[in-house]
Amino acid sequence: MSRPLVEVAGLSVEFPARRGVVRAVRDVGFAVHAGECLAVVGESGSGKSVTARTLLGLAGPAARVRAATLSFEGRDLRALTPREWRLLRGRRIGYVLQDALTSLDPLRRVGDEVAEPLEVHGLATAADLDDQVVALLAEVGIPDPWTRFLQYPHELSGGLRQRALIASAIAARPSLLIADEPTTALDVTVQAQVLDLLDARRRDGTGTLLISHDLAVVARLADRVSIMYAGLVVEEGPAADLLSSPAHPYTADLLAAVPSLDGPVRRPREISLAPAARSGCPYASRCALADDRCRAESPPAAPYGPGRTVRCFRPGQDPPRAPETPPVTVPVTLPVPAESPAAERAVVSVRGVTKRFRSAGGSRRTAVDEVSFELRAGEALGLVGESGSGKSTTARMVLAEFAPDAGDVLLDGEAWSGLRERDRRPRRARIQLVDQDPLSSFDPRFTVQRIIGEALPRGFTGDRGRRRVAGLLGDVGLGPEILDRLPAQLSGGQRQRVAIARALAPGPEVLVCDEPVSALDVTVQAQILALLARLRRGSGLSLLFISHDVGVVRQVCDRVAVMKDGALVEIGDVETVLRAPRAPYTRALLSAVPRLAVGRRTAVPIPVPDMDLKGPT
Amino acid sequence: MPTLARRLSRRLALTLIAMWGAATLAFAGMRLVPGDPARVIAGGVQANATPQVLDAIRDQYGLREPVLVQYGVFLGRLLRGDLGESYQLNQSVSGVILDQLGPTVALAAGASALGFSLAVGAALLTAGRPGPRVVSRALEFGSISTPNFWIGILLLAAFSFRLHWFPVIGDGGLSALVLPWVALALPIAGVLAQVTREGLERALGQPFALTARARGATEHRVRLRHALRHAALPVLTLSGWALGELLAGAVVVETVFARQGLGHVVVAAVRGRDFPVVTGVVVLSALTFSLVNTALDLLYRLVDPRMRQAAL
Repeated sequence: MSRPLVEVAGLSVEFPARRGVVRAVRDVGFAVHAGECLAVVGESGSGKSVTARTLLGLAGPAARVRAATLSFEGRDLRALTPREWRLLRGRRIGYVLQDALTSLDPLRRVGDEVAEPLEVHGLATAADLDDQVVALLAEVGIPDPWTRFLQYPHELSGGLRQRALIASAIAARPSLLIADEPTTALDVTVQAQVLDLLDARRRDGTGTLLISHDLAVVARLADRVSIMYAGLVVEEGPAADLLSSPAHPYTADLLAAVPSLDGPVRRPREISLAPAARSGCPYASRCALADDRCRAESPPAAPYGPGRTVRCFRPGQDPPRAPETPPVTVPVTLPVPAESPAAERAVVSVRGVTKRFRSAGGSRRTAVDEVSFELRAGEALGLVGESGSGKSTTARMVLAEFAPDAGDVLLDGEAWSGLRERDRRPRRARIQLVDQDPLSSFDPRFTVQRIIGEALPRGFTGDRGRRRVAGLLGDVGLGPEILDRLPAQLSGGQRQRVAIARALAPGPEVLVCDEPVSALDVTVQAQILALLARLRRGSGLSLLFISHDVGVVRQVCDRVAVMKDGALVEIGDVETVLRAPRAPYTRALLSAVPRLAVGRRTAVPIPVPDMDLKGPT
Repeated sequence: MPTLARRLSRRLALTLIAMWGAATLAFAGMRLVPGDPARVIAGGVQANATPQVLDAIRDQYGLREPVLVQYGVFLGRLLRGDLGESYQLNQSVSGVILDQLGPTVALAAGASALGFSLAVGAALLTAGRPGPRVVSRALEFGSISTPNFWIGILLLAAFSFRLHWFPVIGDGGLSALVLPWVALALPIAGVLAQVTREGLERALGQPFALTARARGATEHRVRLRHALRHAALPVLTLSGWALGELLAGAVVVETVFARQGLGHVVVAAVRGRDFPVVTGVVVLSALTFSLVNTALDLLYRLVDPRMRQAAL
């Protein structure tokens, strides 16, 4: 094989911290060839983004970078001057960050942003700059490029923004494209389009370094996969091999955590999410296979089959399947419905609700259009759709945050949406919300004790309240040691657990979960989903579960309702809808979901209509 | 753009209300102060005007009418742009203001240009650079916490009396303006520099700054083409405040440097209870404030495209 485009060996990056140093990247090595895609996968904090930025010389002013080999196109990157770095960035290496809303300068026109690499590197004359930029916008599939050229990032939809960001990264025809979580926060259909775009670049010979926490996304694009944990590459190999027969227990756990659309619903065991061990194998603290040797010494990178390496003393062994966690013993005050969960009693009835909002231009937009469904006692109903489909607005009306313009919502068969807030308040405890971003729904100065204690019903004061809070924390799998912590001191998963505990505190019958896991790593996500499933089985809670991710909904829900442009297009049993979707939109949505089966090479054209392309304005 | 037109007409209406409010407050304020306006007009208590003279004055100025009628007459004149006659200067108020406006505008305009340049320059050079940042912050705190008059006196002592670089007194051209500019600009520059730097640092920490660097942009380019615009938003918000500081500071600085100007006129008018002059200056200030804020509002929308869509 020809000489690789990128060669990295023995790379370590350290950041000085208040106490000692943070070793963000340790002894990492990899290679990327022209026309090849290497995916670096790991959860947040695993060092994958730092590794990518090191290739651009942008690891940060405080970063201490050391490497045995760090070369690009045969040049030693370790010896570059700041000026030489600048000539490389954007010219030979393109960089796509996640979330184009903040990665494109919101105060500059899209065209100016895309033009920047051309200007900086003197690749266009003033006369043909605009033409080049428009050609680039067209190349990445942006319709009506002359209009978009003059617009600002906030005027474009998420998918178009991400395309524009990619256009600017490939403007100077770099030989390497680094994409750091390029599809996170995008709807699945848009995600599929963006991945296709990256794939097209790769087929044209661009080397691609894809950073992601999502193995399903990676499976579509990657030739090789490198799994990082706590700054170490724990496993590396060809994508197909690695994803079908993981050698490292962490890879296996990551794969198990991906919600799938086919096969039996996996009830993920509640793997421990202990922090990385300081000595020995970093994964030992979470690993089901770990023994004393793992805790004592760090396993070296060893070959495992053709083209694969793994850092594990017991590669390829199946972890002992933990017995399925038993249903939680019902906490004392959670109401147990008298009926069996299968009873057809509707706890929430949504009857023809419609909501219109006035948009910026003064025109009215129908966010929710005559939506009707019932949430039955003890069931979990999923509400899926893309952003802007009206699913959150529907949820807010179920919570009676605002009243529908038409139709009504009943709670327990009694009037709910039509009441005055004063009359609603006594029954508010029955329906509670778990939000996407608990950090913003917690008072940053409240301790966990106070956050949950505040939500307890009257009568839980003093010791009784404290015991109850500790009990609720136990229900969501947290220990009492976090009672005195502040929200900022909690990990993402802990925060979402605290949010669930708080929602449970008033003793509700219905939990409305609005994208409760979309901001979490897959492993943490699996944890929260397992927790919700367990709580439901144990206590007879009804869940209204809103998500853009059909796979996630399948993990938790019995029935699913699909929304598009404010209307309900399909509702039915999850398995029925997934196996035999009736609405064309549901079919498009399902076909866009990335799957772990490594089937990229067959290049099935995804029958996704240009749903995103309409864009606002 | 109909929304913009609507917005502007709203601002205009608000401007008129603000001017009416300011004029009314000035009118009420001057009536509430004890003492007989007729005596003021006659040259003060010391002037020992005869009752006949005072009566004549009362007739001439309409001081016998009920307060409400006087207020009506006052507003009516104001609507026609007639600010009245100064009680003490034997000159129309508009004439007094026009005579003195030039020096004050020269002082304020120069000082704000200097203040903004100092602030933006210091912020651009020191944002995100720990060493220079500390030095700059110390200087900013110094300039914020030192009153104008003290800065003026120190500047005079150092550059005029000792070094003889600039004249002590006088309106003789630019060289006499340099020290007043500096004295007026420094406290404003201190605050603006801090706000600008904070805005720059926040912008430089955003993903778009990283993206710009990853395109090969130089540090200059990232700061000037990307971050500076973001930093301009809070600075614009503070500009209204800076204008107030400039007007208040002008009064002090004109006194310290014994300069002609509106500040000087206001001090004399308040002391002598020259009601029409005080009212005239107050109304003019209200107008300036409203116009500057309308301009800032438009600038805001120019700098931040996201504001252009925002509903009213």
